[in-house]
Amino acid sequence: MSETIVIAEIVKGVVHPTTSELITAAHALGSQPVVIVPCADAGVADAAAQFSGASKIIAAKSDVFSNYDAAGWAAALDAVTPAGIIVTSASPQSKDMAARLAARRGISVVQDVVKIEGGNLTSPIYSGKAMQTVSLSGDAVVTVRPNVFDASGNDGSGEVSVVDTTGNVATAVQEFMARASSRLDVAEANIIVSGGRGMGSPANFSHLEAIADTIGAAVGASRAAVDTWDDIPHSMQVGQTGKTVNPNLYIAVGISGAIQHLAGMRSSKYIVAINKDADAPIFQHADYGIVATWEEALPVLQSSLAAMMA
Amino acid sequence: MKKPADEVQTFINLFELVEVFLWSVSTMANIIVLVKQVPDTNARIVLSGDRVDLSAVKKVMSPYDEFAVETALQHREASGGEVTAVTVGGAGADKVLKDAKAIGVDKIVRIDCDSSLDSNALQSILASVVSSLGAEVVYCGKSAADTGAGSTGPGLAERLGWASVSHTTSVAFGDQLSVVTPASGGNARVTVPLPAVISCDKGDIKVRKPNVKGIMQAKKAQVDVHAVDAPASTVSIVSHSMPPAKPAGKSYQGGEAAAEVAQLLRDEANVI
Ligand SMILES: Cc1cc2nc3c(=O)[nH]c(=O)nc-3n(C[C@H](O)[C@H](O)[C@H](O)COP(=O)(O)OP(=O)(O)OC[C@H]3O[C@@H](n4cnc5c(N)ncnc54)[C@H](O)[C@@H]3O)c2cc1C
Ligand SMILES: Nc1ncnc2c1ncn2[C@@H]1O[C@H](COP(=O)(O)O)[C@@H](O)[C@H]1O
Repeated sequence: MSETIVIAEIVKGVVHPTTSELITAAHALGSQPVVIVPCADAGVADAAAQFSGASKIIAAKSDVFSNYDAAGWAAALDAVTPAGIIVTSASPQSKDMAARLAARRGISVVQDVVKIEGGNLTSPIYSGKAMQTVSLSGDAVVTVRPNVFDASGNDGSGEVSVVDTTGNVATAVQEFMARASSRLDVAEANIIVSGGRGMGSPANFSHLEAIADTIGAAVGASRAAVDTWDDIPHSMQVGQTGKTVNPNLYIAVGISGAIQHLAGMRSSKYIVAINKDADAPIFQHADYGIVATWEEALPVLQSSLAAMMA
Repeated sequence: MKKPADEVQTFINLFELVEVFLWSVSTMANIIVLVKQVPDTNARIVLSGDRVDLSAVKKVMSPYDEFAVETALQHREASGGEVTAVTVGGAGADKVLKDAKAIGVDKIVRIDCDSSLDSNALQSILASVVSSLGAEVVYCGKSAADTGAGSTGPGLAERLGWASVSHTTSVAFGDQLSVVTPASGGNARVTVPLPAVISCDKGDIKVRKPNVKGIMQAKKAQVDVHAVDAPASTVSIVSHSMPPAKPAGKSYQGGEAAAEVAQLLRDEANVI
C-alpha cells in the first residue's frame, strides 16, 4: 500500500493549526501520514510535532520557502516527498502548489475535498450547488477544505527530521503592498462580518468594522456593495467573482443571499443573517437568522459581544 | 522615367521596411487564452439519477475567463502579435470560442473531446496543444465556474516547465510580465519571466463587450478543430448529489434578539 503524506499548511511562516485536520483526512484516506513541513528555518517544524496521528515529521528546509513561488515550491517539495497520496489544504496558495506538484508527478489533483468515505472523495462543484464524489485508481494530490475535518488532537510526540531541499524559483517579488487597514483579509479570517447593499452607505460599514475589531474578524462585502460604493474595494467581495471563504462564523448583514454570494460562503460552519426582509433567501442558509434592520440589531450585537470579550 | 538614384532610394526604403517588419516580429507575442464553457452561474443545477443533468441549462464563458480574454487582448495591444483562444470540449463548445472571437481574439481552436477528463488528462492535452501552437504566454481563469478547482493554470505551467502566477488582479506587459497577486497581509507585485501561464482573477480591469462588427465576424469565423487521444483518467466520477440540506436554523424577530444570538454563538456554536 502506498504512503499517505501531509504537506503542512504554512501561513506567515508558521505551521497553521488546520494542519491537524489534514492529518485526520489522511487517516481517512489510508494510513498514518508522514507530515512534511516546508520551511526556511527547521525550527518551524517543531510546531507540527504536537499533532496526534503522524508517523513522522520531516522539516523540508530551503530558502525557496521564504516566499511563495509555485514552480520553486513544487520542485522543492517533490524532491523530498515520497510517492503516495498527498494531502494538503484547500487554501488558495496550497491549491496552486498542489496542482503544480501533481502535474510534476504526472498525477491528478482533486481540489476542495469536504468528505472522505470508503476511499471516495467528495467536493463541491458548480459553486456548491452540487457535490461530486470521485474514486482514485492511482496516486493523487488531494486538497482538503479547512474547518471541515476534525482536528487530530495535540498529544503527538513525533520526532522531527530535517532534510535540505531546493528548487528553481521562477518569479521575483518586486514589492509588497500592505493593505491600507491592518484588519484581516476575508480569505485569512476565521470570522467574517459582511455587509451588503442594505447597509445603505459605505460609511455605515464602520458598524461592521467595530464588531470585527471586537471579535477579531475580517470585514467582507457583497458584490452589490462593492459595485455601488468606491470605498468598498473588490478585495472585500465574497462570492462567485469574489473570494470563496470557509470561516467558522459568517455574519451577513443587509445581504439578500443571491446564489452568487452563497457560492462564496455557504460552506461556512455557522452563518448568522441580519436582514429586515423575512423572505430574504439568506435566511434559508442561516443557523441564526434575525429579522430586523441593522440599525436595530448591530448596536445590540456589538454591546453583547463586547461584554463577552471583556 | 525614373532616375537610377530614385531606384536606389526605393530599394533602401524597402529594405528599411523589411527591417522594421522583422524587428516587430521579434517582439510580437504569440498569446493563447484558455476559455471554458460552463453553466450560467444563475442556472439551477438538477440531478438525473446520480448525475447532474445540464441539458436544460444555458451555457456561458466561465466568468474568470472573461478577464483572461481581456488581459490577452491588452497584451496584444501592448506588444503586437496574435491571440488564439483554445477550448477543450465537444461541438457545443464552439459557442464559447465564437464569443471570444466576437470580443476580439484572432484565432479560435477547439480540441474535440466530449468526455470528462481528470486534471492530468486535461493538462496533458493542453500542454501538447500549447507546444504545437507555440506561445510565449497562456492566460486562463483562476478557476472554472463548474469545477472551482484552479488546477489548470499551474498544472499546465509545470508540464511546460514554465513560470506561473495565479489569482492575478493586474498585469503589465514587457519582456517580462509584472503582475499583482495576493500575498499574506496584502498584495505583491511580482516579476514573471516569459514563457509563463497566468491565471486571472477579477481585477480592476473592465472587460470589453463584443461590438456589432465583432459579432458579424464571429458568425463567419471558422473554428479550427483538432482531434485528440485523451489519456486515461485515474480520477473517476462515482456520483453527483445535491449538497446536504442544512438543518433549519433558529429564527428571531427584532434587533434585541442579537443579544441572545451572541450568547448562542459562544455557548452553543463555540465560535466566539
Ligand atoms: C456572473 C455574476 C457574478 C456575481 N458574483 C457575485 C459575487 O461574487 N458576490 C456577490 O455578493 N454577488 C455577486 N453577484 C451579484 C448577485 O447576483 C447579487 O446581485 C448581489 O449579491 C446582491 O448583493 P446584496 O445582497 O448586497 O444586495 P441586494 O440583493 O440588493 O440585497 C440587499 C438586502 O439588504 C436588505 N436590507 C435593506 N435595508 C436593510 C436594513 N436597514 N437592515 C437590514 N437589511 C436591510 C434587503 O432586505 C435585501 O435583502 C454576481 C452576479 C453575477 C451575474
Ligand atoms: N476544458 C477546458 N478548455 C479550455 N480551458 C479550460 C478547460 N478547463 C479549464 N480551462 C481553463 O482553466 C481555468 C481553470 O480551470 P479549473 O482548473 O478547472 O478551475 C479555466 O478558467 C479555463 O481558463
